[in-house]
Amino acid sequence: MTSVATQSGPARGAGLWDRLTIRTKRVVWAWAFLAVPIVFYAGIRFYPTFQAFWLSLTDWDLLRPASFIGLGNYEALFSDPLFWRVFRNTFTYLIIGTPVSLVIAFVVAYYLDRVRFMHGFIRALYFLPFLTTAAAMAWVWRWFYQPVPIGVINGFLGTVGLPAQPFLRSVDQALPAIMATAIWAGLGFQIIIFMAGLRAIPTTYYEAARIDGLGEWAILRKITLPLLKPTTVFLVVFSSIGFLRIFDQVYNMTTNDPGGPLNSTKPLVLMIYQTAFSSYDMGYAAAQTVVLFTILLIVSLMQLWVLRNRA
Amino acid sequence: MRSRTRLAGLVAGISFLAVGSAQAVEIEYWQYVFDSRVKAMDQLIANFQEANPDITVKHVTFPYADYQTRVVAAKVAGQGPDVVQLFYGWLDNFVAGGLIQPLDPEIFPHEEIESDFFPIVSAMKRDGDYYGLPTAVRSLALFYNKALFEEAGLDPNKPPQTLDELVEAAKATVKRDDGGNITSAGITVAMEGQDHQWWREVLIRQFGGQPYSDDGKQVAYDDEAGLAATKFHAGLQTEHKVGLNGFMDEGQAAFRAGLAAMTIDGTFRLGAFESNPFEWGVTELPANADGMRSNYSSYFANAIGALSEGEELEAAQKFLAYISSPEAMEVWLETVGELPARKDVALTEKNLSDPTYGPFLKGLEYAHTTRFVDEAAQRQVMIDMENRIFLEGQDPAEALAQAAEEEQAILDKFYNK
Repeated sequence: MTSVATQSGPARGAGLWDRLTIRTKRVVWAWAFLAVPIVFYAGIRFYPTFQAFWLSLTDWDLLRPASFIGLGNYEALFSDPLFWRVFRNTFTYLIIGTPVSLVIAFVVAYYLDRVRFMHGFIRALYFLPFLTTAAAMAWVWRWFYQPVPIGVINGFLGTVGLPAQPFLRSVDQALPAIMATAIWAGLGFQIIIFMAGLRAIPTTYYEAARIDGLGEWAILRKITLPLLKPTTVFLVVFSSIGFLRIFDQVYNMTTNDPGGPLNSTKPLVLMIYQTAFSSYDMGYAAAQTVVLFTILLIVSLMQLWVLRNRA
Repeated sequence: MRSRTRLAGLVAGISFLAVGSAQAVEIEYWQYVFDSRVKAMDQLIANFQEANPDITVKHVTFPYADYQTRVVAAKVAGQGPDVVQLFYGWLDNFVAGGLIQPLDPEIFPHEEIESDFFPIVSAMKRDGDYYGLPTAVRSLALFYNKALFEEAGLDPNKPPQTLDELVEAAKATVKRDDGGNITSAGITVAMEGQDHQWWREVLIRQFGGQPYSDDGKQVAYDDEAGLAATKFHAGLQTEHKVGLNGFMDEGQAAFRAGLAAMTIDGTFRLGAFESNPFEWGVTELPANADGMRSNYSSYFANAIGALSEGEELEAAQKFLAYISSPEAMEVWLETVGELPARKDVALTEKNLSDPTYGPFLKGLEYAHTTRFVDEAAQRQVMIDMENRIFLEGQDPAEALAQAAEEEQAILDKFYNK
């Protein structure tokens, strides 16, 4: 059949296609190819996103058909003390996690950049955690934090005569304990990016500065940091989004009581997960998702604005 | 040339269809992944297919965490399982969602169900219809490490029989280092494990109360009995210091590692504990001072999917009848270690005198079954209650009152829908 159709094609005379100029044909072809990813994205990204906005206005519970309830989910959410607790946790991860991880990553990258001895090996060591599955890593850390006799950290504290710490079993220490794991996990990636940024700064600037007699501190402040700004902006945004979406570490380190104890470590994403897949409250979960989306959008825009190029 | 091939293809297709319809009806059985359960079910399916050569059963499994979502998603997509496994506590949701259909009383007569199965089967009944039948049931018991008992100078063949003896045995077996840290627990303290069931259906009743109103819609434990039960359980850690929540991460892990002398767990743990490198025993949950005992029993039942009809429905009914039969229950007991749901299969002389199954079976006779509406959320209430006592030093009475309020809100939300 197909062969017949192609044969009869030219016989039909100058079709619509043949009348087009080469230029137009090229555009049509370009759009034809572009259409594939666009349709793909529209289908699996944008459509579900808009669907989530719609769902957030319903009381869908997977089982019964969804009915429209207006802003009921949002009202319930903003009057839910758990939401505010989770909101605070999420921002603690963000506000402490991002700067601490960036400062550590920068310091490591700054000095590692100067190390020649086993440079590649050390860099690989830092990068290794980033390659490891978050779940596996979280479980290893979870056991590190255990009480004696199996917890390595408490075992060490015991041998030097310090009292054992509850870590994950404490409402005050659990969140920092998990955050430390998350920072450590992301460090390798940030170091690599910072080092690439440092290498991209032309050495002539440094030579000129040294000839002018500038000290190391001044060079760092006047040359390195300003020229590293695009890298920093990228990492701040990237890492903020990562901390706002933190889930793997928290979930895997607290599976018996997810986000516990007493919700002291629960981030927004975990709350969404539980609302959706443990309580099957899809409408309410969608409302939480929309709130998370809004927060991510605002935080990212704010950071881009604050760190924008004033030149 | 081309038309001839097409014709051949057509003939082949038609003959395939014809063979297919004449040969067999295929039904799907769904359950979640749990090694021994999958193995047992494979064996049951093989037996069933041998007896019914015209029926093929396709065994489909999903990880536990996704299981309910998959069942629901399949229904939404219009293609569910013919026979599906569900936890008794999910029944209200499954019925409300139209995921399963009531059992035909012609094929599964109510009188027979009620006389043959343990009374907890009634948890599968809604508005005069049974929606499923269990193959096996579970109950709780006290597991104890005989080696640690002996080491502490206790008789390894005389495990504690009352709550007071339990505390004494725990005090005798607990070990601490110089810093006062527990290095081996007397008893595990873990609301996130099975302790919340122990507290809810056993301890509260033993201290003279009841966990819920008779219709299950009201929380009834915010009273003296509830407080006594809470103080007893939390006291294991705060007062007697014989256990520590989170010790060895999980209660069952501590027991398996030989670092806990006692733990309360269910029949489903027998398989995991089988390979413990030490001698251990099982005994009934301890009685209160008046000798009163209680237990918590639960089960997974099998039901018929809402979309099953015609010859598939007939096949599904046959299959359900087989996997609820005495023969299937014996296979299940042997492979999974879970107790038969039919009284006459379970309460045999052999099973009752079995040192492992015996205590669980005795527990079944006086067991209660909680009518959960959101098991995970209701368990979380108990976990949080005790964490407030342990970690924030909240007064037990306040912690209990707050828990009652939180759980009532969960019940109200469900029943007022």
